[in-house]
Amino acid sequence: MKALRNYIDKIKPHFEKGGKFEKLESSFGAIETFLFVPNKVTFKGSHIRDNNDMKRTMSVVLIALMPALIFGMWNVGYQHALSVGINNSIFENFIFGFTKVLPIIAVSYISGLSIEFIFAQYRGHEVNEGFLVTGMLIPMLVPVDIPLWMVAIATIFAVIFGKEVFGGTGMNVFNPALVARAFLFFAYPAQITGDKIWIAGLTEGKGIVDGFSGATPLGNWGQNIVDHTSFWDMFLGFIPGSIGETSKLAILIGAAILLFTGIGSWRIMLSTFAGAIFMTLIFNAFAVNEYMKVDPMTHLVMGGFMFGAVFMATDPVSSAQTNKGKYIYGFLLGIFAIMIRVFNPAYPEGMMLAILLMNTFTPLIDFYVIEANIKRRLKRAAKIKINL
Amino acid sequence: MSDNQPIKKREPLFSAQNLKLLKGPFSQNNPITVQVLGICSALAVTVQMKPAIVMALSVMIVTAFSNLIISVMRNGIPPSIRIIVQLVVIAALVIIVDQLLKAFVYDVSKKLSVFVGLIITNCILMGRLEAFAMANKPWQSFLDGIGNGLGYGLILVVVSFFRELLGYGKLMGFRVIPESFYQAGYVNNGMMILPPMALITVGTIIWIQRSKNRDLIEK
Repeated sequence: MKALRNYIDKIKPHFEKGGKFEKLESSFGAIETFLFVPNKVTFKGSHIRDNNDMKRTMSVVLIALMPALIFGMWNVGYQHALSVGINNSIFENFIFGFTKVLPIIAVSYISGLSIEFIFAQYRGHEVNEGFLVTGMLIPMLVPVDIPLWMVAIATIFAVIFGKEVFGGTGMNVFNPALVARAFLFFAYPAQITGDKIWIAGLTEGKGIVDGFSGATPLGNWGQNIVDHTSFWDMFLGFIPGSIGETSKLAILIGAAILLFTGIGSWRIMLSTFAGAIFMTLIFNAFAVNEYMKVDPMTHLVMGGFMFGAVFMATDPVSSAQTNKGKYIYGFLLGIFAIMIRVFNPAYPEGMMLAILLMNTFTPLIDFYVIEANIKRRLKRAAKIKINL
Repeated sequence: MSDNQPIKKREPLFSAQNLKLLKGPFSQNNPITVQVLGICSALAVTVQMKPAIVMALSVMIVTAFSNLIISVMRNGIPPSIRIIVQLVVIAALVIIVDQLLKAFVYDVSKKLSVFVGLIITNCILMGRLEAFAMANKPWQSFLDGIGNGLGYGLILVVVSFFRELLGYGKLMGFRVIPESFYQAGYVNNGMMILPPMALITVGTIIWIQRSKNRDLIEK
C-alpha cells in the first residue's frame, strides 16, 4: 500500500497544471481517489463536512447489491444443474455461476468506464463514481446467456444516451442501467425474452432433461399460461430469471441495508408496493382472465418488481426529489408496472417500462408539488396580513 | 446607348450570394438539424436508403419548383389569401411527383405510401415559401429551394444509411454485412428499425454539429 501511495505521489506532479500529462488530469484524479481517500480539506472558514460523499454512497449501494448478486451466481449454477439433471454441491453451483457472471460484469465495467473516462477527459471534469453502481446493475438485469458484445453495446449506449447527453452523473433523466436493459429489450428481443435464455446453455440444448422448460413464472403469465410456481420458490429465488432479480429475500436484505443507512428512500419503496397492491386488488375485483386474478403477493415476488422497486426506482437522481412527490411517483410506478404486465403481453416485464415512464414525469411531479406548496404558503401569508 | 448612362450590372448566375443560398442549408441553416422542420417525414421514411433517397429527391423538386412558381407570382398574390395560393401550387406539384413515382418506381412509391402525399404539409415547404420566395426573385428562390431540398436529403440519407446498415445489415437493399458475421453471433439491431432510433440518430447529428459549430447553441 505504502509503495503505491509513494508511487502516486511521485508521478502526481506530471498530471497537475503545467505538468507533462496535464491533459490526463481527470483520469489520473479518478484513479487516485479510487485507490485512496482524498485528503482535501477546506482552508477558509469552518464547515462541518459529512464523511458521506458520493463514493461512500455508491459503495453502500454496492454492498446492498451483494446478497442478490451472490445468490444470483449460485442460482445460475443451480438452474443449469437442474436443466441437465445433475446434482451439484452448493459450492460447485456457485463456481459455475461465478464463471458465467464474472465476464458480464467485467464487460459492463470496462465498456462503461472507458466511455466515462473519455467524456470526463474531453469535458475536463472529474470522473464521477455514478457508474460504479450502474456497472453492477446492468449485469444483474440481463439473462445469463446474453452475448457479451451486446452487453458492451448496451452499456455504451446507456452511458452516452442515458447519461452523458444530459450532462453526466446527477443530470440524467433516466436510470442508465434501465436504459441499457430497455435498449437490449428493443434491439435484440430474441436474446432477452422468451423461455430459453434464462438458463445457461439451454439455447444450445445439449443434454437437457426431457420436458425441462426454462420459462419464468412471469413469462408464462405473459403468454396466458397459468403458472403454478409456489410463492416460496419465487420469494427465495429458486426460479429462472435475470441474474440478480430471482431471490426476493436477498433483495430485501439489500433493501434493509439501504434503508438503515438512509440511502434508499423508504417513501418510494413503500408507495411503489402500495401502488402495485392497489392495482392488483382492482384487477382482482374485475378479473376477466386468469392473469387478472393473480393475487397481490404473487405479483410482488414475480419477475423484477422487487428488484426494480428497491434498487432502480429509488435512484436518487431520476426519482422525485420532494417528499410528497416521492409518494406520488412510487404509487403511480406500482400501478403502471402491474398494468403493463397484465394488459400488454408483448412486454412481460412491466417494471422496467414503468420506471422509465415515471422517470420522465418526475420533473413535472416535483414542479407541481413545489407550486402547490408556494400557493399554500402565500394563502397563509395573506390570511395573516388580513388578521393584522 | 450613350456612355454616361449607368450600366446596370447583371449579377452572375452563381455569384457568391447565390452560392450561399445553395450551401447554407447544408450546415449553418439545415432545415432538419437547425430549423427543426420536416422531422416527421425524416423519422418515417429513413428505415431504408432507397425510399429515403427517392423522398429526398421528391421534396427537393417540389421545394425548388414551388419556390420558383410562387416567386414569379409573388407580386400578384393578395396577402390575405397567400396561404391558399401556396398550398394549391404545392399540392399540384406533389400530385405530379406522386403520379411520376407511381408510374416509374412503383415499389418505392408503395413503401413511401402516404408520405409523398404528406409533402404538402411538410413544414420546410411552407417555411421556405413564406420566408424566402414571397420576398425574393425567381432564380434566387429556385436555388434556395434546391439548397433546402438537398440539406433535407443529406440528413435523410445519413440517417437511413445507419438505420439500414445496423437494422437490416443491408445498403440500398444489398447485403453488406457478410454471412460469416451472423454465424459468429452478430445480430441485427432491431431497435434501429423502430422510429425512436431515427430520433436518436437525428439527435446525434445535431449534437455533433453543435459541438463543432458553437454559434448554433441557443442561449
